[in-house]
Amino acid sequence: MPPKRPKSKVIKEKEKKNETPDEGASESAHPEHIFPLVLTSVTQELFGCRADEDVTGENPFKLLRKEDIVQDMKTRAAVSDFSPVKHIVLEYPEDELLLVFDRDFTYGQCFYLVLTVEAKDNMMKSPAQADDDEEPMKDEEEHVMEPKTPESHPWISQGSEQEIEDESLTHARPRLRYKISPLMRHCGAPVCFSDGNDGYVECSSYEDKSFSITRMERDTSIQASRDTTHSSTQTLWKYPKNMCTQYEPREFSPEEKEHHLRSENLKNFITSVAIRFERSLQQNVISDVFCDDWTVLCEDDGVPTGKTETQLKEYQSFMDLHFSREKSISHVHWHPSISGVIAVAMTERLSLEERIDNSTKLLLNPSYILFWSFTDPINPQLQLECPEDVLCFQFCPSDPNIIAGGCINGQVVLWDISAHVERLQDTRSGGDNISNNLDKNDVIPVVRYCAVSGIENGHKAPVTDIQWLPETFELSRFGIPVENSSRVCVQMVTCALDCCVLFWDLRLPRAVSQSLTDVKQKSEEKPPENPHGVPNTFKHLNLTWKPFIRVSLPKIGSTGEYSPLKFSFRDNTVDYITGDKPPQDAEREEVCGFAQLRVPSAKQQKPLENISTKLYVGTEDGELVYTDWKMEKDNDSGRLFSAKPTHQFLAHHTLVNTVSRSPFFKDIILTVGSFGFAIWKEGVMSGPILMSACSKVMCTIGHWSLTRPALFFIGKKDGTIEVWDLLQNTHEPSQTQNISTASITCIRSSSACGKHHLLAVSDRIGTLHILQIPWTLRKSSNNEKKNVRKYFEKEEERLEYFEKRQIKHEKHKKEMEAEQLKKKTEPAVPLKPDEELEAEALKEYEQFLALEKIVLKNMGLLTDTIDQSDL
Amino acid sequence: MAEVEDTLKRIQGYNGVIGSIVVNAEGIPIRTTLDNSTTVQYVGLLHQLTMKARSTIRDIDPQNDLTFLRIRSKKHEIMVAPDKEFLMIVIQSPTE
Repeated sequence: MPPKRPKSKVIKEKEKKNETPDEGASESAHPEHIFPLVLTSVTQELFGCRADEDVTGENPFKLLRKEDIVQDMKTRAAVSDFSPVKHIVLEYPEDELLLVFDRDFTYGQCFYLVLTVEAKDNMMKSPAQADDDEEPMKDEEEHVMEPKTPESHPWISQGSEQEIEDESLTHARPRLRYKISPLMRHCGAPVCFSDGNDGYVECSSYEDKSFSITRMERDTSIQASRDTTHSSTQTLWKYPKNMCTQYEPREFSPEEKEHHLRSENLKNFITSVAIRFERSLQQNVISDVFCDDWTVLCEDDGVPTGKTETQLKEYQSFMDLHFSREKSISHVHWHPSISGVIAVAMTERLSLEERIDNSTKLLLNPSYILFWSFTDPINPQLQLECPEDVLCFQFCPSDPNIIAGGCINGQVVLWDISAHVERLQDTRSGGDNISNNLDKNDVIPVVRYCAVSGIENGHKAPVTDIQWLPETFELSRFGIPVENSSRVCVQMVTCALDCCVLFWDLRLPRAVSQSLTDVKQKSEEKPPENPHGVPNTFKHLNLTWKPFIRVSLPKIGSTGEYSPLKFSFRDNTVDYITGDKPPQDAEREEVCGFAQLRVPSAKQQKPLENISTKLYVGTEDGELVYTDWKMEKDNDSGRLFSAKPTHQFLAHHTLVNTVSRSPFFKDIILTVGSFGFAIWKEGVMSGPILMSACSKVMCTIGHWSLTRPALFFIGKKDGTIEVWDLLQNTHEPSQTQNISTASITCIRSSSACGKHHLLAVSDRIGTLHILQIPWTLRKSSNNEKKNVRKYFEKEEERLEYFEKRQIKHEKHKKEMEAEQLKKKTEPAVPLKPDEELEAEALKEYEQFLALEKIVLKNMGLLTDTIDQSDL
Repeated sequence: MAEVEDTLKRIQGYNGVIGSIVVNAEGIPIRTTLDNSTTVQYVGLLHQLTMKARSTIRDIDPQNDLTFLRIRSKKHEIMVAPDKEFLMIVIQSPTE
């Protein structure tokens, strides 16, 4: 069959035709525009479409003319092959119809006829196109399509956005907000929870295997978030707390107190309670139950065993070959601040006539005060030049560089050693500096005195005692103690044998200063003259110095005056305005030199109370005079004169060489005369509380111990020292010790000497002995002060008792005398006869028996003692 | 009133007695021989001590009660007598 080849073509054509959607899938059924025909061979020959001859596979189309078909149909009528399509042919608009040789019998017949014009055109074209398409297809395989830039088209929705919209979560409706709160009345109300399982069905989920759906896809949302950290703080709640409170105790007003005191309750209470108190108080008074006798027995703790020495051991002695020959030491004083330095005043051992005879020699050999230091026993450290022999001198308590001394001619001398203090201190430091100082040691510095008092105005007799007034107070012109604003010692007191006690002030008096201010300014401009290297501390006083108070000592009860040798006044350093001791060093540095100080006017000064203005004066005749230094104004003449001494006691029969107060008791005074000593208490006016027996050897000096309240030293004319301990013996010294061959002139113990307790003893041949005070004499026992005070009180009481007894005696004596007189004058009483006496005695005896019976009856003993009563 | 004064004076006159104080139950001094600040100090401290001592005694035996308190120190002896309404304090330094 030849249709094989046209089938392949037809297949290709059909494939191509499948591109056009009009002729989609029409393989099996023939479309409307195609009519399969069977053409006989006659017809084929007529129309020239013989199969495989005119129309082949490659050329299946044959255009037949419509007229031909119509003619054919007419000629042949029913036999014509075109009879079934007669209708369509007649209606066919065009002239030519297409006849297609259907080689493959696709439509069922060998030929088919295309009925419509469009189909005809399409079929005519499509083979042409097929031919054409075959060629470009081959071209496509070989050539690449040219790239075209994509043209932007508006997005044509093809249904994908719907999926996205389905996936996204959007609010279908606005959110509903509900606020649920219980009723106010339920807020805070006690809640009552109970189990509520009724009507409660739980449907919990469980895993059902039949419904396990594994999700292949899962929607997950991820949101990035920051790291979270937990932190917490807790603040301290500080609640307010009282830091401090200030309160006052409650008190009763006086009326309330009275009311309470009167109440019955209080009376009952007191009466009931008083008994208990009294019992306990009495117990305590009887004995101290808690006192441990064993521990109290041992009073001295730490007494080193073996140290039983009680003697004063010689430590050092100073004797200067140049200056001490044939001289005696009149006064000794330790340096108050520098330890180991002692000052000694040398005087000539000549009586008055001898002095007059040797006056020329004496002028050439001036006397000195020597400063000795322990580091150099051969050479003195310093020499103070004196105008005349100095009988006594003192360091100023507030400024140890000022020394005041009293001379044998009645002058008062002042020295200022501030320039040489380093030298004194250097020597103390010991061996290091000795080599350096060897050169300096060759020349001992001589310090000339700064100022002397005027000869006319001062004493007219040797100055025997000099003392500084403490810096707490000063005296006004009337002798009234007033406040000392300058806080330094500015005044001093001297006494001399010319029967007066003088008060000196270191400052210029006001009257003088006013006129001298101009002169002073001038003198300050140019450097003041300074001969002999004398410092200018007291230049304002030199030769013009005079005392501001003169206290004379008129005798009580007789004319004349007392001539004082030594005096002692109460050291009132604690009676300061604030009640404490004045600050030591802080304020002194502010004080300028003495030259600038002026005596303040009397109005500015505030008088101080509590300062005793009385002094005890020991006189040349052995009396102890108690006087007041306040001046009184004589109304008539307007002059100031001193009051008469209030008391005087003839204690010793020769001159009093020491009047000194105990360093422990401010009102106990020791006076030493030639043959003994006496202890006085200030305020007790009847006599000494203790008087020693007369001693064989004359006493020359006395000195209280600075560490033991009961101890004092007495120096004697034969060079021995007696140590008196009031708690041991009061009739004899506790020990005696010979120090030197000459008589002792001065004893001083040091208080600033570190570990050594030293006693300086000077004698008449010019040697200064330094002795060490042993432990027993230095260490006071625990209750020593109390015991000594008790002893003094006892002695005082004894004195009082004696006085009272004295008075009583006198009274008694008077009564006795009166009685005797009476006896003599009255007639004698007649004696009674004996019988009457006997009768009286018998009557008394019977009365006694009756009384006895009554008493025994009352006691209930009568029955037993019937026999006894008969006896 | 006079008896009270006499008794107090008698107690004060004993040997070594430094001072005596009479206080009411609240601790306010009624009568004292010492100065005010010392009195207040003594009263404040001894009142508390007495209460403490009394409560101690009563804790041990409720039938018991404190009648007298004596405190002995190095320097003094303080004697306290309590009562329902009042308190009396005497300070004595033992004689030796």
